[in-house]
Amino acid sequence: MKEDTVIIVENLTKNFGDFTAVNNISFEVKKGEIFGFLGANGAGKTTAMKMLIGISNPTSGNAQVAGFDVYKNPNDIKKNIGYMSQKFALYDDLTVKENITFFGGIYGLSRKKIEEKRCQLVEELGLQEIVNELVGSLPLGWKQKISFSVALLHNPKIVFLDEPTGGVDPITRRQFWEMIYKTAHEGTTIFVTTHYMDEAEYCDRVSIMVNGKIEALNTPKKLKEQFKTSTMNDVFLKLARG
Amino acid sequence: MKRFIGFIKKEFYHIFRDRRSLFILFGMPIAQIMLFGFAITNEINNVNIAILDHSKDETTKEIIHKIASSKYFTITASILNETEIETAFKKGHVKAVLIFEKDFSKNLGKENNATVQVIADATDPNTANTISNYVSAILQNYQQQINVAVKTSYQIIPKTRMVFNPELKSVFMFVPGVMTIILMLVSAMMTSISITREKELGTMEILLVSPLKPFQVIIGKVVPYIFLSIINAIVIVLLGIFVFNMPVQGSYFLLAAESVLFIITSLSLGILISTISASQQTAMMISLMALMLPTILLSGFIFPVSSMPLPLQIISNIVPAKWFIIILKGIMLKGVGIQFIWKSTLILVGMTLFFIGLSVKKYKIRLE
Repeated sequence: MKEDTVIIVENLTKNFGDFTAVNNISFEVKKGEIFGFLGANGAGKTTAMKMLIGISNPTSGNAQVAGFDVYKNPNDIKKNIGYMSQKFALYDDLTVKENITFFGGIYGLSRKKIEEKRCQLVEELGLQEIVNELVGSLPLGWKQKISFSVALLHNPKIVFLDEPTGGVDPITRRQFWEMIYKTAHEGTTIFVTTHYMDEAEYCDRVSIMVNGKIEALNTPKKLKEQFKTSTMNDVFLKLARG
Repeated sequence: MKRFIGFIKKEFYHIFRDRRSLFILFGMPIAQIMLFGFAITNEINNVNIAILDHSKDETTKEIIHKIASSKYFTITASILNETEIETAFKKGHVKAVLIFEKDFSKNLGKENNATVQVIADATDPNTANTISNYVSAILQNYQQQINVAVKTSYQIIPKTRMVFNPELKSVFMFVPGVMTIILMLVSAMMTSISITREKELGTMEILLVSPLKPFQVIIGKVVPYIFLSIINAIVIVLLGIFVFNMPVQGSYFLLAAESVLFIITSLSLGILISTISASQQTAMMISLMALMLPTILLSGFIFPVSSMPLPLQIISNIVPAKWFIIILKGIMLKGVGIQFIWKSTLILVGMTLFFIGLSVKKYKIRLE
């Protein structure tokens, strides 16, 4: 594995009975890159991502994440990645502070470290007023930001974001992408699935999955040139319609 | 270990911040035991009866006095003729009417027998049955009293002794039953709901992506409920002892150990339910339909297993509650040791292992 390559996927396949959800995909992701993983609903992006984060076993093929093999060392992978789901899953009946303490705790962070991280987060996100509020009472935008920060608590090498902007307003989405940029700039790799095509433009490189296969993989600029269109939306439509 | 404590702490936050689950956890056991203990009872106490005395002589007065002084009956009315009987029943004031024939004393003296008719309101068959038995017993007792002087010919007197529950208190039957239901409810239903809730919220996914191992997640979710169930078991036993004078003849240690075993059996069932249900609603429905009903109906808690039709008797063997009730009654009422209940204990252990095995298998299939 090259120094700066954090995800290597080779011929990864996942079958559910007769149905092939992920069909022989291969790609690499570099350190600090924002990698967009695009596809329509049911194209297989969530299944592919689940194999990479170690909660689903591949049928065949190889994959290395953060330098560890998905078959042999799923636990080492888990220690080195962060994950945020499309539900911004935090505990609604716990306060912001308690959520941070809990998630820091399950990643084995010391009490002192958690305290330190929490103060830093409160400062950066301006959480002073809501840190003792129950998460359930917060607007979606806050949950999203906190959920993202919680996924980064243990300084993972890669953070996987599964449709991280579903249901939030454009301004909040914009702010969220600023957080993503900042995180990537600090050297954390971002692996993000989305179906908002305007967000695809923000990624360094984009792959587009159609029916379990990766049909296109390049920078947004090159993809637009290749398909002779001006927006990623058109690229996607051309691919999806075959 | 520190991760684990954090996990359990979080679980307690969930429980204590949710009024509904708090109520199920602590309100239900107390309410149930009180209900079963006081309201639902198949003993009779102070049943209202009426007397129609056609002879009004020495003997009938003595018998009536004897009946009135027992704690089972209260004589509320004297009826003057047969036509009033039906009205009395229809109004529902009395549950039974005793009719002494004319010349009761005389007949007894001359012909050596006299008749008392007992008419009981059988809209409630159990009560009617019990009333007629009690009246017969009182009459028999009176007969023996007056026979002491006279030497009669042959006589067979059954001397009945009710062992383990001499006063036939129904609460002795309900305390083990309610304890079983509550432990089943709290352990199986609450855990299955709390695990499926994490699935619904999407936090389960986050936990599975974390370095925590799946079994650590499950154990972390289950441990708080073990604690709470133990507290519940203690509360129920204490209520039984101090409010209802329920004896604990056997060893408290054995009682505690068996209770923990049953709690674990129920928890493993709860885990199994959570692996097959995707939402809290489903988990709750399965818990209620598949656990609560058989637990109440087929465990021998209310209806004796031996009087069920054979197919139901066979099915009752797979109801864990049946075995736990046998164990509880053995320890609390009979005071037996493990040598008499090892079979039931072993069955519970086997069931627990089976449920855990099945859950692990289901869980793996889902991860595939």
